[in-house]
Amino acid sequence: MSLLALSDVTIRYGRLTAVRNVALTLAEGEVLFITGPNGAGKSSLLRAIAGVTPPAGGRIDFADHDITGRAPEDIARLGLSMVPEGRDVFASLTIEENLMVGAGMHVKESNWRARVTNALEEVYETFPILRDRRHAQAGLLSGGQQQMLVIGRALMTNPRLVAIDEPSLGLAPNITDQVYERLIALQGQRKLTLLIVEQSSTRAMMVGGRMILMRGGEVLIDGDARAMGQSEAMQAAYFGYGEH
Amino acid sequence: MSAILQILFDALSLGSLYALGALGIALIFGVMRLVNFAHGDVIAFSIFALLWPSVDVVARVGAGNLPWFLLIPFVLAVGAGLSVLAELTVFRRFRNASPATMMIASFALGFVIRYFLLMLYSSRPKSISLLPALSQPVEILGARIPLLQVITILATVAILFGLTSFLRRTRFGLEMRAAAENFTMARMLGVRANRVIMGAFALSGALAAAIGLILGSQTGTADIQMGANVMLMAFIATVIGGLGSLPGAVIAGFLLGAASVVMQVTLPIDARPFRDAFVYGAVIAILIVRPQGLLSGRGTKERV
Ligand SMILES: Nc1ncnc2c1ncn2[C@@H]1O[C@H](COP(=O)(O)OP(=O)(O)OP(=O)(O)O)[C@@H](O)[C@H]1O
Ligand SMILES: [Mg+2]
Repeated sequence: MSLLALSDVTIRYGRLTAVRNVALTLAEGEVLFITGPNGAGKSSLLRAIAGVTPPAGGRIDFADHDITGRAPEDIARLGLSMVPEGRDVFASLTIEENLMVGAGMHVKESNWRARVTNALEEVYETFPILRDRRHAQAGLLSGGQQQMLVIGRALMTNPRLVAIDEPSLGLAPNITDQVYERLIALQGQRKLTLLIVEQSSTRAMMVGGRMILMRGGEVLIDGDARAMGQSEAMQAAYFGYGEH
Repeated sequence: MSAILQILFDALSLGSLYALGALGIALIFGVMRLVNFAHGDVIAFSIFALLWPSVDVVARVGAGNLPWFLLIPFVLAVGAGLSVLAELTVFRRFRNASPATMMIASFALGFVIRYFLLMLYSSRPKSISLLPALSQPVEILGARIPLLQVITILATVAILFGLTSFLRRTRFGLEMRAAAENFTMARMLGVRANRVIMGAFALSGALAAAIGLILGSQTGTADIQMGANVMLMAFIATVIGGLGSLPGAVIAGFLLGAASVVMQVTLPIDARPFRDAFVYGAVIAILIVRPQGLLSGRGTKERV
């Protein structure tokens, strides 16, 4: 049984069709990279899954629920945690407050503090830098620290699936390495399902797992990331030669 | 000395009214980018709810006869209730509309409330005696200050403290602050939009009712227009404070109150009727220098 299933999903902005008839399934515990050039529709797809931009057509199922057109908070409450493009930290809140926003959302008011304290401990263990600066305003963090913060924040909701849009955006390569290292370790520990958008396929090939390649709003290739690295078809799809 | 003290209390109590009004507007603006022009009418409605419908000049007091410890919660609940009702029946339908559309909807709602009151109570102001014990003066350092002013200031300080600790220390407050900064992100973390928005409306409505209580006790009248001036000043205060910034709204509210009172006593007699024009002139000057407001609503700038 798949955790996430998209069928025939189409996303439009006015007359522009950003995503066209995409079908996709993701099993529990799987790591899936969505790659593709600028404007391929990767972020749009993620936003549709998270309920931010409902699809114009098709159906999305998550955790045995039809979530097509459902509100973002309902989808989050089913266990889907989204880290959108561009790291939306709550800049005026402290780091700890940022982490607490989505924590223990199913927990009763009375148990909330205790639940949050435990979850905070776990995140601080993974990202010690956040503990050191926990009372600082989140807007003052560096890009890499903000990335750790939003990933930590996504984990605070105790999700089944974490969807991350371009975790490497604007980060130095060694920081990206760190972020991925932690992410993959967490994925192993918590049996998380990961859906990661990256423009470049190199990261997917390094980390391994499944990879799909989008271009012009469609899924062109779906397969094992490492195997795809070698394939001609993928190069052609990515750079689009033979078409222009 | 006592004259200065009197001016200080005048400024602080008028500033309190503006600050409470600005806070009510900023709370809603923060979570849904709506400037709620019906706020002033919620102020009036909360006071009229104490009276039985009638067109007589002398009010037929209903709930207004309650002892103060029941009267105050009653009025606050009316304000909160009306405000929540407005969100459920009107603003919820405009959630995804442009700010201009929402603003127009709020004007329309204001008219509906005003004409509803007009229908039940006629347009003549009614004399009421709300919390009459408060109209006596107290002696502070030789100055005779109306007790109501002192209570207004103290109540405002208490409300500000209460609201601050509510926003800082409770889960709901945290959700509201997060939602005010980035609503979509907050929702993606499971924060329920409806709950947060309803909470903001309830708080805002209760603040409007508190203003109604103060105005009603101060003037001894219930007037359909009674909220209009505070609403206007409060709106200006939220703009000066940086739309959406709660501290900004409060500070600007007090500044406006102080400016009005100081101009009232320092302007030459002939110029006093134009006091408000001078206040607005100062507002324009501030906005020319700092168009984003004194404290802008966005948090600290992000670094990448
Ligand atoms: N809010 C929007 N309104 C209108 N058009 C949009 C909007 N968001 C995206 N688009 C368009 O949809 C298409 C897909 O955009 P999307 O952001 O999903 O691409 P992407 O694959 O994430 O690209 P990138 O790698 O640059 O982030 C683009 O043509 C883009 O211009
Ligand atoms: Mg993108």
